[in-house]
Amino acid sequence: MYIKDAPVILSAEAITKQFPGVLANDKVNFDLRKGEVHTLLGENGAGKSTLMNVLYGLYKPDSGHIHIDGKPVTFTSPKDAIANGIGMVHQHFMLIPVFTVAENIMLGSETTRNGVLDIRAVSKQVRELSHTYGLDVDPDALVQDLPVGIQQRVEIVKALYRKANILILDEPTAVLTPQEADDLFQIIRRLTEQGVSIVFISHKLKEVLAISDRVTVMRTGKVVGTTTPQEVNEAKLAAMMVGREVILKVDKKPAKPGEPVLSVSDFSVMDSRGVEVVKKISFEVRSGEVLGIAGIQGNGQTELAEALTGLRKVHGGRVILNDKESTGRPPRQLIENGLGHVPEDRQRHGLVLPFAIADNMMLCTYYQEPFAQKGVLQNQAIDANSRKLIEQFDVRTPSPYVSAGKLSGGNQQKVIVARELSRPIRLLVANQPTRGLDVGSIEYIHHEIIDMRDKGIGVLLISAELDEIMALSDRIAVMFRGEIVATLPAAEANREQLGLLMAGATHK
Amino acid sequence: MAEKEKTSSSQPRISGWLRSGLNTMLVPALAVLTAMIVGGIVIALAGGNPFAAYAGLIEGSFGSLNAISETTVWATPYIFAGLAVAFGFKGGLFNIGAEGQLAFGAVMAALVGYGLPLMGVDLPAVVFVPLTVVAGIIAGGIWAAIPGWLKAKFGGHEVINTIMMNYIALNITSYLLNGPMKDNNPLNVVARTPLIAESARISTVFPDYRFHWGFILALLVAVLIWFILWKTTLGFEIRTVGTNPDAARYAGVNVSNIIIITMVISGALAGMAGSIEVTALNYRHELGFAVGYGFDAIAIALLGKNHPAGVVLASLLFGAMRNGATRMQFNTQIPVDIISIIQALILLFVAADAIVRYIYHIRIQQDRLVLTRGWGG
Repeated sequence: MYIKDAPVILSAEAITKQFPGVLANDKVNFDLRKGEVHTLLGENGAGKSTLMNVLYGLYKPDSGHIHIDGKPVTFTSPKDAIANGIGMVHQHFMLIPVFTVAENIMLGSETTRNGVLDIRAVSKQVRELSHTYGLDVDPDALVQDLPVGIQQRVEIVKALYRKANILILDEPTAVLTPQEADDLFQIIRRLTEQGVSIVFISHKLKEVLAISDRVTVMRTGKVVGTTTPQEVNEAKLAAMMVGREVILKVDKKPAKPGEPVLSVSDFSVMDSRGVEVVKKISFEVRSGEVLGIAGIQGNGQTELAEALTGLRKVHGGRVILNDKESTGRPPRQLIENGLGHVPEDRQRHGLVLPFAIADNMMLCTYYQEPFAQKGVLQNQAIDANSRKLIEQFDVRTPSPYVSAGKLSGGNQQKVIVARELSRPIRLLVANQPTRGLDVGSIEYIHHEIIDMRDKGIGVLLISAELDEIMALSDRIAVMFRGEIVATLPAAEANREQLGLLMAGATHK
Repeated sequence: MAEKEKTSSSQPRISGWLRSGLNTMLVPALAVLTAMIVGGIVIALAGGNPFAAYAGLIEGSFGSLNAISETTVWATPYIFAGLAVAFGFKGGLFNIGAEGQLAFGAVMAALVGYGLPLMGVDLPAVVFVPLTVVAGIIAGGIWAAIPGWLKAKFGGHEVINTIMMNYIALNITSYLLNGPMKDNNPLNVVARTPLIAESARISTVFPDYRFHWGFILALLVAVLIWFILWKTTLGFEIRTVGTNPDAARYAGVNVSNIIIITMVISGALAGMAGSIEVTALNYRHELGFAVGYGFDAIAIALLGKNHPAGVVLASLLFGAMRNGATRMQFNTQIPVDIISIIQALILLFVAADAIVRYIYHIRIQQDRLVLTRGWGG
């Protein structure tokens, strides 16, 4: 392959970075050849972000060297990195919504003519760049009007506009729909053909194998090895990442469904603009089964979950939870009726980030015994509960009194799952329970969900990941434009058929 | 085994408290220091001797038993009002209305204190004193409940509404003190109420000093507020709503009720500041007696990092400065107004703590936060 002969344009040698109590990068070596996609793969906390922040000038390494085109360089700030042709697209975009694309792109390196901003020159350049790399970005559009996928391209153009020939993409597909991700891969290929080199950060194994020329795997601050997609498969990459064999397929016994724990009939919900986004749907979840709700994001799943858990007003229909009338009841009553809820947005709803893990682990039952007696919190019980759950659910933290905001995403989700599953619940509503998590955490959470099912709890699983739906569900309901267009046993479902249903084809 | 587990669990918590306590105090302490230095420069520029000025300030605030006693007298309303604002902040509410709530508390306490005997009700001090104080607490609580209710039910912003409530309260107070409640002693020309009954007064702790039991009460209330916030389910709800209202709703907390309760308790504390001033110090309410406490309280809450212990320390500091200023002026002819400048500087440095961190090269906490994310610690 030509890539093997291409010159190395960026190399990092023996990068070491120590943070209080943690060796984030331990003599890490990494190099990037011209025109290649070199993926950096690793679990949350493996040291990927630290390495990239060193390469982008955000952190100063304790030791080690960076060479660009064979010349040693030292970065004291991102400015130096940009001057050396390095561009970074962060996971969270750094764009100003009310500015146009061109204004966002020139921000920080404004082009002026006679002291006046020269928007037209910038627009022209953006158009040219957009054309060269097939980016299809309109310089005059307002950023707030653009879908996420296009906003990401604006970030890419921004880097190219600053003459970047090395692009660092930090988990770029985390925010994209599958279609948008495919488009991004097209763009990445186009960029590399033109000689741009790409550092691709991800923990999604399928896409890593699809897009990379080389893959470097990191674990606990060290490089485990560098390989190519030709030499490995998903299971092997996962094992390198986690350091042990990972069961990617969920092993489960046949379900033994019992009585319905949730029955929903003619259920309607409106979104915040007053548009009906869940339209008279009916379904049942039985004890001991997982009902998966498949669907492309934005087809009413979020509103459905919120209305079922008391966070959103119910517009019509009826909900029976655990044989009790529960239509439009407040969260407290639903919780007491046996509802467990792993919310879609763990940082907004699921956790109080500045609070200690111990407090977050009793967030829904803080007023009950043993956590409180006569309105006074019982620290011993709270402490004991958190230590037990941290142990049982393998939350990686030095202490229960670390604030939840300091945990990695996977560990944050484990705190929520631990809290919800440790209560005496009859129904678990799990909305995107593994979004943004690494392989080890996904495996763990999947295992816990199946475990709960086998203990006779009914599970309503809502997920945009078709693989997740297929791996966990006993029955699959497909949502499209606020309606359930089909419900089928998981054994009879296949990807193609579900994909078609999710896209709106009618079920026959 | 269980024994061992227990010691290993409690040990790091206590040292952790100490460390986090000292960490929290570092920036406010440096802010005060910086403000004093800048204030000293201002004094020097104005032709004064900053060392003599500060010596006078310290002499006036701590130089004698009487000076210390006066400092506590000044600090007392600051503690109550500072707790009021800090309590609101803990619940995510910015109660700018402490000034009005305090005024109403004072008016109500005075009314009960002189009014009941006029109506022929004769109560022993054990009953009368608490009744008078509670009257002020209720008045402040009700006055704050209105903006709390507006926020909970209609989303009306408490900052706007508490400011508006201040105007209403202050004007009503002015009317009452000039009209229906005016002391009609023929010798009186100012807007003030008659003196409250002897049996409605809180006594001083020692004869010949104004140091009164109200200050001790303020300390006890600070402990009570700490207990409510960190040891009770109500406090847990208030802090949860204040930190993440979405998560509070998810957890089943009735967010609207908590907003109202937070405002009521906040207002009650401000009202108590007013009623203690009346029952323990002035024995009446007079227009202009309690002006500015409610606004200084915001600075005190910020300087005290919204923690009851911090509020007490900040109140003592503000009390000492207000009290020592007279001695400073007497000794050095530097006007007492310099104290307002120093207080403003303290507030500036506490609010814009990046300046303090920059001057003293304090590593930004946030930096550490970013670094440790993803590492589970």
